[in-house]
Amino acid sequence: MFDSRTRRLTACCIPLLLGALSLSAPLSAATLAIGIQGEPASLDSARIGGTTWENDVLGDLFEGLVTLDPAGHYVPGVARSWEVSDDGKTYTFHLRDDADWSDGQPVVAADFVLAFQRLFDPANGAVYANLFYPIGGAEARTKGAADAPPLGVVAVDAKTLEITLERPTPYFTTLLAHIAASPVPAHVVKRYGDAWTQMDHIVTNGAFTPTSWVSHDHIAARKNPEFHAADEVALDGVDYYPVEDRSASLQRFRAGGLDIVRDFSPDRYQWLQDNLPDAVHLAPQLANYYFALNQRDGHPTADKRVREALNLAIRRDVIADKIMGGVVSPASGFVPGGVSHYDAQRMPGLDRPRDERIAQARRLLEDAGYGPDHPLELNLRYSTTEANKRIAVALAAMWQPLGVKTQLINAEGAVHYAELANGNFDVGRASWVADFDDASNFLGILQSGAPKNYGGYRSPAFDALMRAANQETDADARQQLLEQAERQALGDYAMAPIYIDVSRNLVAPDLSGWQDNALNRHLSRWISRGD
Amino acid sequence: MLSYTLKRLLMAIPTLLIVITISFFLMRVAPGGPFDGERQLPPEIEANLKAAYHLDEPLPMQYLRYMGNLLEGDFGPSFKYKDFSVTELIMQGFPVSLEIGGLAILLALLVGLPLGIAAAIRRNSTVDYLVMGTALTGIAVPNFVIAPIFALVFGVLLAWLPAGGWNGGAWPNLVLPVVALSIQQIAYIARMMRASMIETLGSHFIRTARAKGLSETEVIWRHAIRPAMLPVVSYLGPAIAGIITGSVVIEQIFGIPGIGRYFVQGALNRDYTLVMGTVVFYGVLIVLMNLIVDLLYSALDPQIRYDD
Repeated sequence: MFDSRTRRLTACCIPLLLGALSLSAPLSAATLAIGIQGEPASLDSARIGGTTWENDVLGDLFEGLVTLDPAGHYVPGVARSWEVSDDGKTYTFHLRDDADWSDGQPVVAADFVLAFQRLFDPANGAVYANLFYPIGGAEARTKGAADAPPLGVVAVDAKTLEITLERPTPYFTTLLAHIAASPVPAHVVKRYGDAWTQMDHIVTNGAFTPTSWVSHDHIAARKNPEFHAADEVALDGVDYYPVEDRSASLQRFRAGGLDIVRDFSPDRYQWLQDNLPDAVHLAPQLANYYFALNQRDGHPTADKRVREALNLAIRRDVIADKIMGGVVSPASGFVPGGVSHYDAQRMPGLDRPRDERIAQARRLLEDAGYGPDHPLELNLRYSTTEANKRIAVALAAMWQPLGVKTQLINAEGAVHYAELANGNFDVGRASWVADFDDASNFLGILQSGAPKNYGGYRSPAFDALMRAANQETDADARQQLLEQAERQALGDYAMAPIYIDVSRNLVAPDLSGWQDNALNRHLSRWISRGD
Repeated sequence: MLSYTLKRLLMAIPTLLIVITISFFLMRVAPGGPFDGERQLPPEIEANLKAAYHLDEPLPMQYLRYMGNLLEGDFGPSFKYKDFSVTELIMQGFPVSLEIGGLAILLALLVGLPLGIAAAIRRNSTVDYLVMGTALTGIAVPNFVIAPIFALVFGVLLAWLPAGGWNGGAWPNLVLPVVALSIQQIAYIARMMRASMIETLGSHFIRTARAKGLSETEVIWRHAIRPAMLPVVSYLGPAIAGIITGSVVIEQIFGIPGIGRYFVQGALNRDYTLVMGTVVFYGVLIVLMNLIVDLLYSALDPQIRYDD
């Protein structure tokens, strides 16, 4: 009896094993499978969560007034052209006549008006609303002010949109390529309200339109035949697979289940370079990695001499080359190189030979009253990842010769950033990935009272330069002011820059149309299979 | 039996109430909130978000609101996956976890029970050592080691099966996660079955059966197996609840859209409603599973009766 059961069991396993030999059904040849790093919070531009992978999905589904070419350059999108008034405050956009939603309805100026109304509606709690505060009335509306002035976004006629700004903003058109500035289909939103993004309601105006969304499995999108450049879109569709685990996405890429993976672990770089050299794409990104230095009263880092000493003792080349495996480049400034209309600035003193820097750092700490009897004690907070840990340990080791005792505290992301925001740290890991290509997107972090100004840096001189830059309409003069502002902050040792980050992508070699770019934004409409 | 079942179900209500209350307040005590992250929000936007989810109200008020909604079967909106309600997420994830978990338990029983029985019958033989040695390895090697190795060997190197993804539950996508998930269970069940089988085979009623001249096969199949399965059955209750509410690791590594990932993502994101939803769901499932197990007991062992 026992034996016969065993035989039956084996019998039902055999077809199972035989079937296993055949691969799962191959994806349609012209469907792209992209491994994104997480699940988008929403397909509604007013309700997205602010993660980088939402750019991948919403960037394909919607097209703003301005869009990006394969090289990451800003090019006209739904707007075929625009004029700017002499005072730099009024933009008049002329929308394409052939811009349509996926249900065939034309994209009209009112779709953008509604999108911005929803973005600034406090009920939506849109995380990107503050990016668009240059727009007239935007800030007051977001803050829920009862006497908010009328919104500076007006539909002149169906195909003409006028946007009035509070102040001239030279980078304003680059903001319009951000996914938060995507239009919404007013005719659908009016009918379904917040449920407009449900799969049976949603219409989009980008190169692709979603057909199904299984949470934490995939979002499937098919080519949008109504897209104005549909003829030039080579792919039939794009499937986005959220895979949080980076080694899992690498294996799925190797097994052929994913064509593009939007990130890989830096410590796999060497292996990938040896084994999949044609697939590895590494490119400088508009992103930095730094440590905030707490300048609030009661923290040793409130003393500029301490901040300078700590900065001088950091061996950034060692961190970039040895710890990060040469994947990233050492940073001696806060704004990464590669930002348009901007020259990278350098923190003073970092160019000197190492011995001199260490000697100077010792002197500074002595002047600040620290020595063998009264060692400098710091706590250093970092969010839990392997790379962060190694860098934190390295910093503690680099500061040790100065007699600094560093206590390392690690915590998961939500706790880490809450502690940083509360100012409960001396040295804290932080980073920033540009929302748009402008130095002010980085430098704004250091302004007094800015939400992400974890260190509590307050410099009237820096703030004045930033204000002046905000008012300046001449691109060159503005660049001077911004560069001067960064020099001010670097001279104050307002933070400890560590490295400039890179984008790390895996792209199947049989794909064409992919171009590495500093924004790390890649619209699938430019991608095709084969040559 | 019916009144026993009803009594147990009624008793579950205060249990669940306590679980929900403790989880609700524990979640809020945890440092960091749902809107803390790398992208630090301006105060006004954080305030808008908090207002949208009633997080600006006093905590007792929020608790009452949550309980009120729960009574109406509404788990609330997810803070992080805004295009889905928590109920939708659970309803989407649970069948997936149920399928993977159910198959894994089935496989574990189909393999684990015979192995355990064989080892018990041939105690201290090569078969026994082989089975128990392998089982020990199965228990010792954790999921997060087995799963990537499976994906690497069968997905990448041999390319027999997909290295990950769900693909609507197509069976090639099921094989690796199900097998990876069942290995530890096979090991546990085999060990448990062996131990309890050995104990049963040494008991008086088996001796009686043998004395009556029954063949060894009959002794084992008719008299020993059923009582020997009791410990396995009591283990199965919580194990099934645990395994079908998702194996976090397996789901993460194979990219399975099950409910387990919501536990982790929800907790990491401080997505209060999502965490609460999964906790409540898990709680109800545990209560039900334990009840079913207790009822099964009486079917397996005539000495256990639930009349009152």
